[in-house]
Amino acid sequence: MENFTYLQASQAKEATAAVRDHKGAAFIAGGTTLLDLMKLNVENHNQLVDINMLAFKGVEQTADGLRIGALERMSDVGENPLVMQQYPVISQSLLQAASPQLRNMASIGGNLLQRTRCGYFRDTAFPCNKRQPGSGCPAQEGENRNLAILGGSKACIATYPGDLAVALVALDAVVLLENAKGKQRRVPLLDFHLVPGNTPQRETVIEPGELIVSVTVPAAAHARKSMYLKVRDRASYAFALVSAAVGLDVQGSQIRSARVALGGVGTKPWRSLTAEKILTGAPATEATFRAAAAAAVRDAQPREQNRFKLELAQNTLVRALTDVAAKA
Amino acid sequence: MNEPAFFETTAGPGVVGQPLNRVDGRDKVTGKAKYSAEYALPGLTYGVLKTSDIAKGRIKSIDTTAAAKEPGVLAIYTHLNLPKLAKTPNDPDGKKAIGAPMGFLPLTSDVIYYAGQPVALVVADTFERATHAATLLRVTYTAEQPIATYTDPKAQLFNPEKVQDGKADGYTRRGDARAAMASAPVKLTAVYTHAINHHNPMEPGSTTAVWEAPDRLTVYESTQGVTRTQKSLATMLGLPQDQVRVVTKYLGGGFGCKGSCWPHTVLTAQAAKGVGRPVKLVLTRRQQFTSMGHREDQTQTLMLGASQEGKLLSLIHEKTSTTSPWDNYAEANSKIINILYDCPTFESHYQLARGNVMTSTFTRAPGEAPGSFAIECLMDDLAYQLNIDPIEIRLRNYAEKDPSTGRPWSSKSLRQCYARGAELFGWSKRNPKAGATRNGRLLVGMGMATASYPVHNSQGMARVRLYADGHAVVQAGATDLGTGTYTVITQVAADSLGLPPEKIRFELGDTKLPTAPNSGGSVAAGTVSSSVYMAAQDVWQRLTKVAIQDPKSPLFKAKPEDVSVEKGRLQLTKNTAKGEDFMALMKRAGMDDVEGSGQGKYGAGYETGRPGNPAGPNNNTESTGEHSMHSFGAHFCEVQVDPDLGTVRVTRWVSVHGAGRILNAKTARSQIIGGSIFGIGAALMEATLRDPHYARYTNSDLGDYHIPVNADIPEMTVEFIDEHDPFINAMGVKGIGEISMVGVSAAVANAVFHATGKRVRDLPITPDKILGTKSV
Repeated sequence: MENFTYLQASQAKEATAAVRDHKGAAFIAGGTTLLDLMKLNVENHNQLVDINMLAFKGVEQTADGLRIGALERMSDVGENPLVMQQYPVISQSLLQAASPQLRNMASIGGNLLQRTRCGYFRDTAFPCNKRQPGSGCPAQEGENRNLAILGGSKACIATYPGDLAVALVALDAVVLLENAKGKQRRVPLLDFHLVPGNTPQRETVIEPGELIVSVTVPAAAHARKSMYLKVRDRASYAFALVSAAVGLDVQGSQIRSARVALGGVGTKPWRSLTAEKILTGAPATEATFRAAAAAAVRDAQPREQNRFKLELAQNTLVRALTDVAAKA
Repeated sequence: MNEPAFFETTAGPGVVGQPLNRVDGRDKVTGKAKYSAEYALPGLTYGVLKTSDIAKGRIKSIDTTAAAKEPGVLAIYTHLNLPKLAKTPNDPDGKKAIGAPMGFLPLTSDVIYYAGQPVALVVADTFERATHAATLLRVTYTAEQPIATYTDPKAQLFNPEKVQDGKADGYTRRGDARAAMASAPVKLTAVYTHAINHHNPMEPGSTTAVWEAPDRLTVYESTQGVTRTQKSLATMLGLPQDQVRVVTKYLGGGFGCKGSCWPHTVLTAQAAKGVGRPVKLVLTRRQQFTSMGHREDQTQTLMLGASQEGKLLSLIHEKTSTTSPWDNYAEANSKIINILYDCPTFESHYQLARGNVMTSTFTRAPGEAPGSFAIECLMDDLAYQLNIDPIEIRLRNYAEKDPSTGRPWSSKSLRQCYARGAELFGWSKRNPKAGATRNGRLLVGMGMATASYPVHNSQGMARVRLYADGHAVVQAGATDLGTGTYTVITQVAADSLGLPPEKIRFELGDTKLPTAPNSGGSVAAGTVSSSVYMAAQDVWQRLTKVAIQDPKSPLFKAKPEDVSVEKGRLQLTKNTAKGEDFMALMKRAGMDDVEGSGQGKYGAGYETGRPGNPAGPNNNTESTGEHSMHSFGAHFCEVQVDPDLGTVRVTRWVSVHGAGRILNAKTARSQIIGGSIFGIGAALMEATLRDPHYARYTNSDLGDYHIPVNADIPEMTVEFIDEHDPFINAMGVKGIGEISMVGVSAAVANAVFHATGKRVRDLPITPDKILGTKSV
């Protein structure tokens, strides 16, 4: 770990300018990923700009839906009654993530930016194209049981590790960003994370010095009838082998609208528009769910150790769709 | 003096066996208990290791320029400037003299043998400065292609003459197992694999070394054995043993990895000498994975021959595993397979391959844990094949004496364990058909397995000082891994001295105290309790001598053999009205205190009077007494398996053990629960992944190396069979640290089979290995 200076910002502008103008600086909110990676020398920053004093707070109902401040803590949002009732998939994704201690620290904005748990990325002794572009990707022929089957490239198959973003991407969430000039822009979460391609070091569209201000989620029937199902190697405190975020609006026995995203299998939070297309207008039956699940993983490129995720992802999706359809 | 058995001498209810709360509990939860890395010595400095990025090759260069310039940096040690030791483990004689767990000490040459091997040690005035400076070291290597595991096509397999550091034979044969197998009506063969496991105690390894004088060293160490560490350090440093003091007052778990003196300890002592100030070094969690051994990656092939009635005729066991470039280490899995059932013939072979890994080491129930997985799963297969209940098949092969030696057992309550466990679990309600029990979407399975662990040979010393005011100080250089040694020994001392436990202070964890064995191999409770009991007897003998010479004593002129002690009162055995309290006697005699010492023997040494092996490696000396000494038990497990998602959850658990005298019902229950959870971890989730090309771990942290969390563990039922064993030690204690996890992974795997009809023989049983299972 390298030495760093610490600056506490009281205004967004002060924070963004500090990071923009100081090479090697980084924002810190909860710090649950950042400090971990700094101790491993995977990330090295000579200055940390603490943004916890900024006013990016609040979990509130807006005219169109839900607005969550980027500095809200995972635990607070997960246990918020509005989120629990109107957006259960969001609440469930948060409460099944990490541990209570981590959820109490970690911010919503920081969680969206959580970096992969790929063991090759997290150890500087290994080559890694994400950490050191051009150095290689030993994961392709190595320990890849936990790595991605969707969205990978020859350069990188690192899994996006988070849960919340999987729920949010399913529900058409939009991220509000602000840069050092005070300029704000809105980016759909679907476009926020990037697949690795030849530039695995670029994980999101966020620009240096840009901060996440808030996340908005449109209200919808499929958001009210939604759920998050997470399959992992132990019952709690583990990253997903596979997770499914689903929402359904079923009228009679027909699906009017559907939202499907997968976690643990993609290099980014993996929304499946093809699966949604199959579901929309179709009867809410196991056959429909099976067809949608098959479509969701149709482009998968599994490796030797993670081939099981093909079956597991489909089973998880079918289970989640079945359960959410059965909800009153 | 003769060694009367404890349970033959006490009368009336005592505190031994009672569920006393931990005497150190309050200090631990309030932070007052001082662990080895918490000694804030004056002038303390901090050591940080820099470890190798490659697994095989040579160090080309180490550029220390930038690191050395950092403020606060006091020294940077590498193989180029580390002072020479009197002895290193790098040759077999040195290794033996030191009692080293590994035949190689880093920083003694430029050769790299394994990933994570220390290449430099930075010392600075703060931890942060040392950590930062270590990142500024620039090490270049000439890398070669390493061998990661025995399955590597380039790995060369060989048959070692001995395994487990010379303590077990590489080849064992009893009768003609091949011929018996050939003619057996029922034959089963199965292959079992076991992932690399790491001990991962909550408290990582740590050393704080301070030189009190140029030839006198004190080390605050996170170790399971202060004396063993003392001997190892003294031998390496060329000091008389008494010039090295090792202190371990509290330990945050060990599970075997703290049973030996590993390289970081002596390196820290050398650094402290070099900088002339105390040095503290704490391993990072990642370094913990490559600094204190592990349970090796291994495959077992077990062949079983039986009659149609399920009677065993032949067992043939083969194990292949990875070892280091220097040592022939393999857990001796075959030992338990050789003794568990009455089988007339047995054969076992070990095969090793040298990989670029550090030497593996004893990990809780070394050999017994993975060995029991193989035999207990195959016995389950035999039961299904012959349509015999799994308990019944075990009873049909019940070993009335030790099959490996023909000796009678000193005690064995396994039948009672099966019966009581089955009753508590509700085994009779189990549908014998696999895959036939459901709970909604979930498949329900019930499995069981036998547990056994030997009573190793050991001995130790203790001292008791009894004060005339009715208090006592009891001392033994034992260690408390966190499992309750402080508490149970306090109880034994209380009953032995006839005092309430709050009047006893038990001190441990210091080589200044009487020598006790390593807390390993489940020997600590039995050895230390016996030592303390013997020391108390010594105190009573001394006081008896005073009483019978004191004209004012009611016992004046009594014969010593006619005097006995009851709750602190010395009295005539045949006329208990005649006697007096020890306090009255001592006050009259002007004695402030009286001190006694005692030697407790454990295992065969107790039975034969033969000296044991107090600080020997893992106290693993073979039993050579009249009796074969083992504890036995049975685990019962219910799982619920989601066949679509592959998840296995343990939903019910029952363990019943016969382990001699139980010293504290509460700490014993906790220890069995802890060991069972340890076993459930190995069964369902624990695996260290070693990259096949780089021979380097890819999940060396507790986020990615999974151990069970609360949500994985159900309410657990633990019981003990009341068992009196007069042959094993004065207290009749067998020790329960390891048996608690023997058979656990088999009980889980057998339950998974019963649930799904699918036999998973590859640990851990993760969801990917369940998938494809549909109800049978």
